[in-house]
Amino acid sequence: MTDSTNTTVETTEAKLESPISIRMKLMWRSFKENWKIFSQSKIGMIGLYIVIIFAVAGFIVYPILADTVWKTTSLNAMVSYNPVTGYDFLQNNPAPPSWAHLLGTDPLGRDILAQLLYSTPREFMLGIVAALITVIIGTLIGTIAAYFGGALDTFFMRVADIVLLFPFIPFLIVISGMMQVDLLTLALIIGLLSGFGGITIVLRSQALIVKSRPFIESAKVSGASDSYIIVNHIIPNVMPLSFLYMMFNVTGAIFSEAVLSFFGLLNIKMSWGLMIYTADTAGYIIGSNIWNYWWLWLPAGASITLLCGAFYFIGRGLDEVVNPRLRKR
Amino acid sequence: MMLKYIGNRILQIAILLVIYVAIVFFLLHAMPGGIKTLLISNPKLTPQAQEAIIRAFGLDQPLWLQFVDYMKNVFTLNLGISFSYYPTPVWNIIAERLPRTVLLFTVATLIAFFVGFASGKSLAWNRGKTTEYVSTIVGIITYTIFTPLLIFVMIWFFGSFLGIFPLNQFLNPDLWIHTHLNAQVIFLYILLTMLIIGIVMLVSYLMALRFSHRIRTRRLIFYLSTIIAVVFSLFFWWISPVGIYAADILWHMVLPVMTVTIISYAGNMLVMRDSMLETIKEDFITTARAKGLPDKVVRDKHAARTAMLPVVTNFVLSLGFVVSGGVITESLFSWPGMGMTLLDSTLAKDYPLAAGALIFTGIFVLFAHLAIDIIYAFLDPRIRY
Repeated sequence: MTDSTNTTVETTEAKLESPISIRMKLMWRSFKENWKIFSQSKIGMIGLYIVIIFAVAGFIVYPILADTVWKTTSLNAMVSYNPVTGYDFLQNNPAPPSWAHLLGTDPLGRDILAQLLYSTPREFMLGIVAALITVIIGTLIGTIAAYFGGALDTFFMRVADIVLLFPFIPFLIVISGMMQVDLLTLALIIGLLSGFGGITIVLRSQALIVKSRPFIESAKVSGASDSYIIVNHIIPNVMPLSFLYMMFNVTGAIFSEAVLSFFGLLNIKMSWGLMIYTADTAGYIIGSNIWNYWWLWLPAGASITLLCGAFYFIGRGLDEVVNPRLRKR
Repeated sequence: MMLKYIGNRILQIAILLVIYVAIVFFLLHAMPGGIKTLLISNPKLTPQAQEAIIRAFGLDQPLWLQFVDYMKNVFTLNLGISFSYYPTPVWNIIAERLPRTVLLFTVATLIAFFVGFASGKSLAWNRGKTTEYVSTIVGIITYTIFTPLLIFVMIWFFGSFLGIFPLNQFLNPDLWIHTHLNAQVIFLYILLTMLIIGIVMLVSYLMALRFSHRIRTRRLIFYLSTIIAVVFSLFFWWISPVGIYAADILWHMVLPVMTVTIISYAGNMLVMRDSMLETIKEDFITTARAKGLPDKVVRDKHAARTAMLPVVTNFVLSLGFVVSGGVITESLFSWPGMGMTLLDSTLAKDYPLAAGALIFTGIFVLFAHLAIDIIYAFLDPRIRY
């Protein structure tokens, strides 16, 4: 053993991995552990499956179908037909589900299924962009407020109090009634408004807990700057919680968009909420008539509910990963 | 001490209110072209009316002067003149519609709170059973359901399929045509009755605390006085000539209240469940069980009481959300309250009314917030102001 010590040291040094790959391995390991906890929560898994189904339908199935079945075809020599924008002259619209239109057509003669799939990627984009903005703002402000404390902290907490009190949807309604709001602007508005709200309070309290841990003190002693500590030590530790809140924010953003476009307040071409709006303004959703034209509102409404619910389910599942107290004993 | 605490809260709320009004004001003026352009481009107004409004509200003055004026106007309830109901002042419209929203929300939130509280309690207690999964999933679905979808189903099921509840409008015009009564008066009377019952409950609770140390006697006093108050007010409504109109309004209110309850109970339920799960693991629950107390007593007296506070907090936080849901509910059930006014005026580009509705929705939320804060202070013995 004694004579081989020298060689082993050399080999271990040679074998020593770069810090990046160690970090990657650690991340992979913690990801595997968290995945194990997450996959035990049935609710989280249901949500994940629904989101995957929608993602596949919107990002993979729709482009394929749009290139094959739903190509702009000519109905006869004069008129061409595009399922998302065109009018199907071959039948009375709205038509109930048939083989030509699996979910029927709306009053403007457009194919419901094609509209549903066409809107799916846009809903994802909106939800994720809005939630990302919210989480980035919330994490930065929450950690900075917790780390520096003092007047900065008080200021942002009071701002958060005000934002929390805001009647959110009425506010969005008035804004979108006054100016032309498209999908990206809406994502920005929702992201900014909710970024200063409740999420900063939650992340701040989490960051306060992290801040009081010994390794922050030792980082300070070894001469780390404030920004280095925030970026490298505090933010990674509040990240799981931010991710959890991101899921809830996706739900909120998609829901807000659906409500606003349901009232016809948004300047957009197509979305799930707008599909119901079209049917509603054309007078097909009134009293006893409702069930006779179910394909006009049920598929779109169910999609909104399912996608919102799915992200919420994922959030609940993640809650059990982030919040060990909720786990089973 | 309590009064000092409440005074503090009112002061804070007043500051928040000023900030809120300021935000709404700058929102109005940040619009492309500003409010003046909007005013001039509104086809419903004659040039004379436009002139009058511009002069009356000083729209040709510098911005900060306008802001000071606006602040002053808001607090003297001079919110301008509605474009679409010209020349009705905005305040008259709001004063007519605010009680409707307040009534709808108070009833719905109270029901939602108790349903959520009770179901969350039993969910946590039955952890891991099939009923828990089913009701959690149902709860999340009703929580995240696209509100119009829910309302369509409700309208179809109760209004059209079963045909037991009236659809649209908040009263039956055939009944009201023979009377000179204003619906607003009835709304105010109903609210007054609810307030009186609430006060009786609170006072009897406090009296019972003073009066006796035995829980059974306390409970007897509390329930007895509550029942007497309810029976007495019912009797009063029964003999009064306007009782039938109140009943008509309440009958039209059932479906909207049910909808708002379904939307908002789940939030309370889920928070109650989580909070209960944390409480159950505490030592005093184990102690209570070890003492041999019945399961139900441990659940209701020891665990649920402690777990209740986060639910109240969540309740405060979700208030804005509930009001948002109310906009949709009101406009789809044609319940002419603040939410519907807000939406209609926005769609009609009636900015004074929209801004007024937004401000008063905010005020409503702020006051509900204040009320809950006071209740919270009563509930939580740790809060000593």
